[in-house]
Amino acid sequence: MKNQKILGLIGLTAACSIGFGAIAGPADDSLVINGETEIVTKTTAPAYIDGLSEIYSGWHFREADTRVMQADDFDNPGMLGVEAAKDVWSEVDGSEGKACASCHDDPASMAGVRTQMPKFNEAKGTMYTMEMYINDCRTERMGAEAWGWDDSDMINMTALISSVSRGLPMSVAVDGPAAPFWEQGKEMYYTRYGQLELSCANCHEDNYGNYIRADHLSQGQINGFPVYRLKSADLSSIHNRFKGCIRDTRAETFKPGSPEFIALELYVASRGNGLSVEGPSVRN
Amino acid sequence: MKRAALLGLALPLVLSTAVYASEVAPLDVSYDDAGAVAVSLSGVTGDAVAGKEVMTSRGLGNCVACHAVTALADVPFHGEIGPPLDGAGSRWSEAELRGIVANSKMTFEDSMMPSFYKTKGYIRPGDAFTGKAAEGDELPPLLTAQQIEDVVAYLMTLKE
Ligand code: HEC
Ligand code: HEC
Repeated sequence: MKNQKILGLIGLTAACSIGFGAIAGPADDSLVINGETEIVTKTTAPAYIDGLSEIYSGWHFREADTRVMQADDFDNPGMLGVEAAKDVWSEVDGSEGKACASCHDDPASMAGVRTQMPKFNEAKGTMYTMEMYINDCRTERMGAEAWGWDDSDMINMTALISSVSRGLPMSVAVDGPAAPFWEQGKEMYYTRYGQLELSCANCHEDNYGNYIRADHLSQGQINGFPVYRLKSADLSSIHNRFKGCIRDTRAETFKPGSPEFIALELYVASRGNGLSVEGPSVRN
Repeated sequence: MKRAALLGLALPLVLSTAVYASEVAPLDVSYDDAGAVAVSLSGVTGDAVAGKEVMTSRGLGNCVACHAVTALADVPFHGEIGPPLDGAGSRWSEAELRGIVANSKMTFEDSMMPSFYKTKGYIRPGDAFTGKAAEGDELPPLLTAQQIEDVVAYLMTLKE
């Protein structure tokens, strides 16, 4: 039902855009969650991003009713994943008889974590995403099984940990040991993959605000992840979205959790430094 | 050309894609300095009605994903990535349009427009939209020679 309605609305907007020169672009709107958490959805681009002057959350490119859904946790279907993860947070699992709560108390103790992700893990000597930190806790501290990158337990937990950072600005480090990963991600961002020969930048830098068939292109920012997608009616991870976008260029994709997608995640996250964490957000 | 004709004669039932005597294979297309292609790719006159189908179908050219066309207003959701194609048949010659559709990058440097009659030179080419690697070193082109001719015939009907 919801989907139907949203498609209907997009239809209207797209129909207007056939009228040539009609307004597309980001919606002129602002987001406050639960009437209290102000979200920076638009700000000046970081100096190291040549192709953009303003950065916008994907929220600006969705229809009005989708935007409204994200403004209240009771309407945001992604919050069901957050609730589910809160239960798991205090459930003992694994050989050590521990839960997340045994070491981290309340999920609120995770405030700020999402703003730094992914980050260079000194002890492991490589770039780490939130999923990797979660799995290290499970395997090394709890003696529990690692979760798969796209398991619902994993996505729900990333939603919970993101949710307590909502309103805080994304600020991943791009220098020091992160620099080579950032360079790799940047190179990928501008590579024209697949038989359609399209790079991330073709769609999300050169054409954000424009329609590609029925889709209103955003800047492809990841401050809203995990994202609740109305189309599939579930939460979706950053790497799953990357995979879908690369597949749509008729290319061989990379795997969620692959070194390539970790580097790309760092670079794309850095393009959104300054935008508030929004996850879990609502998109179509 | 000779070889294609011979193969065509010898194995008419075995070849999965029909190869006609006068069909120009993707690797053999000759573009002039401005990117135009003078000779028909299929050797058969294009059919504008079939071309319209290619323009609007998601699984085929899906040109309206990026271009608005007033004459196709009955098809929903036209994109805004490329220029509207109204009047394209007055702005460009048939040879120029053939070149743009076959491989737009020969006309517009670094164009975002996909090359519809190209089979090689891709980065991580996939097997259509499966996300898996393509097999073999040459891909089937996005459109057949005849589909390109049909699209060009349709574009020629878009007069100012
Ligand atoms: C052919 C066009 C195209 C290409 C190429 C493309 N995308 Fe996308 N992408 C889309 C569309 C359409 C959407 C859904 C609408 C939107 O949010 O822009 C999307 C959505 C996204 C989103 C979700 C944004 C949000 O707020 O929910 C991210 C992140 C993203 N893309 C990243 C990428 C990256 C990284 C690449 C390159 C590896 C890429 N995209 C390549 C078309 C594309
Ligand atoms: C992914 C986007 C995309 C798709 C799909 C696409 N085009 Fe284009 N097209 C463009 C862009 C962008 C340009 C502008 C040329 C440039 O500067 O790169 C263009 C230019 C053109 C032009 C010249 C426009 C003019 O009026 O001057 C024609 C004709 C054209 N395209 C036809 C087609 C046809 C026919 C198809 C489908 C078989 C198609 N295009 C599919 C993006 C696209």
